[in-house]
Amino acid sequence: MLNEKSDPPKPSIFSEIASLLSANFSQYFMFIALIVIMLIFTIATDGVFISSRNISNLLNQMGYIAVLAVGMTLIIVIRHIDLSVGYLAGFLGAFAAIAMTSWGLPVYVVIPVVLILGALSGLLTSLPIAKLGVPAFVSTMAAGLIFRGALLLVTMGTGTIIIRDPTFNAIGNGFIPDIPDFGFLDDRHKVTLIIGLIAIIFSIFSAVQTRRRKISYNFDVSSTPMFILQMILTSAIIGYVMWVLSGYNGLSWSLVVVLIVVALFTFITTQTPLGRHIYAVGGNPEAAELSGISVSRITMLVFAFMGFLSALSGILYASRLQSATTTAGLGFETDAIAAAFVGGVSAAGGVGTIPGSIIGALVMMSLTSGMNLMGIDISIQYIVRGAVLVGAVIVDRATRRGR
Amino acid sequence: MEQPILEMKSITKEFPGVKALDDVTFSVAKGEIHCLVGENGAGKSTLMKVLSGVHPYGTYSGEIFINGEPQKFSGIRDSENAGIAIIYQELALVPELSVYDNIFLGNEITNGLTIDSYETIKQSTEILKKVGLDVNPESKVKTLGVGKQQLIEIAKALKKNVKILILDEPTAALNETDSDNLLELIKELKRQGVTCILISHKLREVLAVADTITVLRDGKTICTLDHRDRQVRENTLIRHMVGRSIDNVFPKREKIAPGEEVLRLENWSAYAPALGRQILKDVNISVRAGEIVGIAGLMGSGRTELAKSIFGNPDRYHVSGKIFIKGKEQKFRNPHDAIISQLAYVTEDRKGNGLILIQDVKTNITLANLREITERGIVNKNEEIVIANNYKQNLNIKTPSIEQKVLNLSGGNQQKVSLGKWLFVKPGVMILDEPTRGIDVGAKYEIYTIMNSLVERGMSIIMISSELPEILGMSDRIYVMSGGQIKGELAGEEATQEKIMEIAVEY
Repeated sequence: MLNEKSDPPKPSIFSEIASLLSANFSQYFMFIALIVIMLIFTIATDGVFISSRNISNLLNQMGYIAVLAVGMTLIIVIRHIDLSVGYLAGFLGAFAAIAMTSWGLPVYVVIPVVLILGALSGLLTSLPIAKLGVPAFVSTMAAGLIFRGALLLVTMGTGTIIIRDPTFNAIGNGFIPDIPDFGFLDDRHKVTLIIGLIAIIFSIFSAVQTRRRKISYNFDVSSTPMFILQMILTSAIIGYVMWVLSGYNGLSWSLVVVLIVVALFTFITTQTPLGRHIYAVGGNPEAAELSGISVSRITMLVFAFMGFLSALSGILYASRLQSATTTAGLGFETDAIAAAFVGGVSAAGGVGTIPGSIIGALVMMSLTSGMNLMGIDISIQYIVRGAVLVGAVIVDRATRRGR
Repeated sequence: MEQPILEMKSITKEFPGVKALDDVTFSVAKGEIHCLVGENGAGKSTLMKVLSGVHPYGTYSGEIFINGEPQKFSGIRDSENAGIAIIYQELALVPELSVYDNIFLGNEITNGLTIDSYETIKQSTEILKKVGLDVNPESKVKTLGVGKQQLIEIAKALKKNVKILILDEPTAALNETDSDNLLELIKELKRQGVTCILISHKLREVLAVADTITVLRDGKTICTLDHRDRQVRENTLIRHMVGRSIDNVFPKREKIAPGEEVLRLENWSAYAPALGRQILKDVNISVRAGEIVGIAGLMGSGRTELAKSIFGNPDRYHVSGKIFIKGKEQKFRNPHDAIISQLAYVTEDRKGNGLILIQDVKTNITLANLREITERGIVNKNEEIVIANNYKQNLNIKTPSIEQKVLNLSGGNQQKVSLGKWLFVKPGVMILDEPTRGIDVGAKYEIYTIMNSLVERGMSIIMISSELPEILGMSDRIYVMSGGQIKGELAGEEATQEKIMEIAVEY
């Protein structure tokens, strides 16, 4: 045994699972809800929902909302809201389209420029909030109106702008390349499977590493069977998703973008001092300020992140449609905010995780996709999504209380 | 013997994992002032919440009788109808509304449709007279001081035709004068036939006003003492409260010769644009290594403002004057700069601006000095656990684990987390603003001991406090503030409560 000196009477693995589940119920709840929702749709659609093609579509469609949800999580964590993200995404998508089609700029220039513009727009929007204490609701709503006007202005002459750059369009529609067939698993996308395998090995490696480090500090760790069970579960989820995707074209570029964004921001929020500062500002801005954290700097930075991610969302959306339209971005902010709240972010600030919001986005996307497959009318779809949103928040509040 | 107005019999209240009240019996005679004392977590507030219906009938076991009638309150409304009113430490007034609107909030006088302002104001004036408060009923509550707001709360309760008035730590946020006024008022209400239950940590107040004193400890009734003949002694109470006797409230410290000067202010002045007035004027102070410097003064004398203006001025006052740290002039643009110069500020208001309540103990402790545990841009969480556990042990923070949210800790333990957080910054000068406010006797003693061990190791402490015994018991030197100015400086041994008060009230 590793920890002989402080071995308590050994709990059974079931009681360990039970205590883990009850301690983190609100975290696991939405994940379990997601699986239940997926199961229901799978049964209701005779398995069409869980088919490789549908899952692939679902994940590719959600890219532009997922990246917004990541940014919105941080915004809500620091007790603000950003209503401008949809129109900013729409405007910057159109800007990118014009830069490529009318000005003939290469895609490698356009994308970084648009991303920087997004960050700057977010920063600019945040100035009245961070420096003068203007409510974010007002400042970002005003910014949204301005971006909407700007979108209409730039698309006035042309209406919808068709984008013909193949590289740009591949971001929203393309898939990562595959190696040639060699007689084994020919019906599968082999690079996707290899990436899945690498991801599994990496996750096991880093989990073992973390556990070793904890043991070297003499900390309590979960029992060995429990640890193995957790790793098997994680590996199974990664493996299954990759297996499903490999059945239909493999990993898409837009999913790759989302995964990078999620990994990056999860890293920032959980591992770095900046992440700590963001949650501190959300938890108690005055205490944060007195602890030497500049609340206004954190506010501007988070809004700049949001602007950057809005630009990315605009690129993903324009690229998926292969065009920029006058209505692009309409309602994106609602979807992003809903994803964050379903994912357990608290409007009171200081609470919420990036993976949680991604699960929230998946829940909302699964609902849309599943109900579409079942041929449910759009009117009912809105009602169901509204009910799920409020239901999720109620459950979240109820399970958090008393902790 | 006359029938008691209130009787609570065998009250037991359990929270998941904790027995907050264990077979508590509590009986209050009509028209008396009954004080309820006990350490934090002894169950006083829970008992009052049971009485006021916050914990409704059925969530506890036991019986409540009022004038002999059994009561089953299912909410605050029920207890109010039975003539019980409770006034909490945190005020429940709407700052933007006028005094009269607040008094009649929820019981507005109307002419059928609209609020009858004239009648309301007229009745408010009468009620305000009863509580001895001379303010314009039309002024907004936010323009009044805490002491007056407290009286408005009482006025609000009186309006509801209260028979039993419960006051939970009413003087915690008040200065001496306001406290005295409030205690006088309680005595006056007694003459008018109102029964008062007073919860307080300030034992001198308790001994000054109580007819009967009930001591709770660990959720149990320890004893009920008759104090009509003023025979109960403070030592006796403390012994019952903590289960041991604390002969000396202030631990002894080896006085060492103070070292060199570590902090000096020269002509330090501040103007608050938000308030539109000068809050500090030509403050000159000096603090040397290994000293505890007390800053006394009444509420509103500018003590907290002084601390904040030194500590990077987060409220953005317009300041002038010079700060010297170890003889070198410094200009702090924000609290971060002050921390870099080895200053620490443990705030007066732990919950408001001291701690992040929804985060756990370890995250709070490392927050102000994350750099220390960051390696190549990543927070070393294992190191963090080691550090937090160290502080937990050294400061005797009572918490099941450092993963516990600060929210769930008692006041004294929250204060220790606050201390730990600022000790981790490894400061040279620590400013403690009301370090023992609202915490119990036992925890106070521990905090004093910690302070002593810090200065023995060469740290300097500036202690702001409204409790004169604390200022006298702990300080090497005392500055007395009034009207934003330092009005006097006293050596620890020559100072007395009277001398400090004389200076503090001079304007």
